[in-house]
Amino acid sequence: MLNVDDLSVWFGQAPDRVTAVHDATFDVAPGESFGLVGESGSGKSTILRAIAGLIPGWSGRIAVDGQAQAGDRRDRAFFRTVQMVFQDPYASLHPRHSVDAVLAETLRLQGMDRIDQRIVTLLDDVGLGRGFRFRYPHQLSGGQRQRVAIARALAAEPRLLLLDEPTSALDVSVQAEILNLLADLREEHGLTYLMVSHDLSVIAHMCDRLAVMQQGRIVEILPAARLRQGQGSTPYTTQLIAASAGYKAEVARPLRWPPKTGH
Amino acid sequence: MTEPLLSVRDLRVTFPTRQGEFQAVRGIDFDLGRERLGVVGESGSGKSMTGRAILGLVRPPGRVEAARMELEGQSILNLPDRQMRAIRGGRISMVMQDPKFSLNPVMTVGQQIIEAYRLHARAPRAAARDKALQMLEAVQIRDPERVMDSYPHQVSGGMGQRIMIAMMLAPNPQILIADEPTSALDVSVRTEVLHIMDRLVRDRGMGLIFISHDLNLVAQFCDRVLIMYAGRVVETLPARDLHRAQHPYTRGLLNSLPRLDAPVDRLPVLERQDSWKGL
Repeated sequence: MLNVDDLSVWFGQAPDRVTAVHDATFDVAPGESFGLVGESGSGKSTILRAIAGLIPGWSGRIAVDGQAQAGDRRDRAFFRTVQMVFQDPYASLHPRHSVDAVLAETLRLQGMDRIDQRIVTLLDDVGLGRGFRFRYPHQLSGGQRQRVAIARALAAEPRLLLLDEPTSALDVSVQAEILNLLADLREEHGLTYLMVSHDLSVIAHMCDRLAVMQQGRIVEILPAARLRQGQGSTPYTTQLIAASAGYKAEVARPLRWPPKTGH
Repeated sequence: MTEPLLSVRDLRVTFPTRQGEFQAVRGIDFDLGRERLGVVGESGSGKSMTGRAILGLVRPPGRVEAARMELEGQSILNLPDRQMRAIRGGRISMVMQDPKFSLNPVMTVGQQIIEAYRLHARAPRAAARDKALQMLEAVQIRDPERVMDSYPHQVSGGMGQRIMIAMMLAPNPQILIADEPTSALDVSVRTEVLHIMDRLVRDRGMGLIFISHDLNLVAQFCDRVLIMYAGRVVETLPARDLHRAQHPYTRGLLNSLPRLDAPVDRLPVLERQDSWKGL
């Protein structure tokens, strides 16, 4: 479904060019859910944005459904196959467009027919129901907004969803609802997911395989089961698993405290 | 039991709205000793508002009321601004969520720490500079001289948060209120920041109020936990017993977290009950 070979992504022009991703290679099979994890600045979201055509400067090969992509131009067929859900549902919805307007515009752009009927179906699909159709974003909670963002992504009937930290702006109870919704939709619509998160347990819950990234490089690709067993084959993965297991007071090293006084 | 550092009874924070009065905090009681007290809840549960109310940071038309709000026996409820300013930063400090928004972008880190320190300690400039350097060293910043002359945008998020902690602790406060101090940080940096705070509480006998939405973190990091829902405390328990919590809300929150060590097909979803809201 998705092939990424030797992908390097950069920002800016030489001499100020900053390379954010170095030689990333991975494949996502149809129907698979693949995760990208890493800390901020590791390049995980950058990969997603390069695939979606939001970044012009990259080299290597990105192929979706066998179709190689170039630069930051994507044709209409691409967006009927690939859609993206962003991290912050407070920023990704137009504040003055109602849910109806958001979905209707997307459907029209995709050249869909029976728009009225499709809006109702989409709202049902994401568990909102038609009562939400004429609401504006400020009348919705964070979880409901993210459901609208997911409905908008589904409007094109895509097969690959790019999910950029879809739950990190939400409370844990709402996160559980959205993760369940994404799992259900994937099953019902036979979707493929490429999901970015800094939360290892979210990725382990949602994905079959994942790539661990550090400073723009993929350090290893492993099945989620191995992550759960804490079996990274590189020191970085092991360290990341340990750090996300939480806080252990015993490992707190003594600080130099009180600081030496002398002035 | 020794006298608590901070004692709060029936704290209420009210905001007038067009639909009538809205109570963000609806009568909470707690005592803080020389311990790490976790305050957990979802957005809108009133946990941050509790922290702000203690520091007198609720702006009109918001109102803070309490039967008692005492710092070592002295009432700090609705003090005049002048007196509150002496306490805020001096005896009670606060570290906010995102260092990007709490540091002044057009002042160097050093200037900011020195300014904060001199406001409370009335020390000469040179002494304040020494103190700032020591504080940066204390929070494990490797090259304090260089960091002193940097602007906030030149330092990373984790370093920014350590700078905030250094600044807040320079006047040697008795209580530190940390509002989601690690939510904007990566896990590895998070561990660093936490154990700096951990050592400070243990070595200096400070009281820490740790506001967070992260139950597992609080269970591991704090001594005691208050669980808030809709402006009230629904349950108080020792942090190590959090996983044996009784209240259905606490249980629901714990269950809704995906866990690395215990895979499930579907995450249990929290079913909210009106009865949790209490009176």
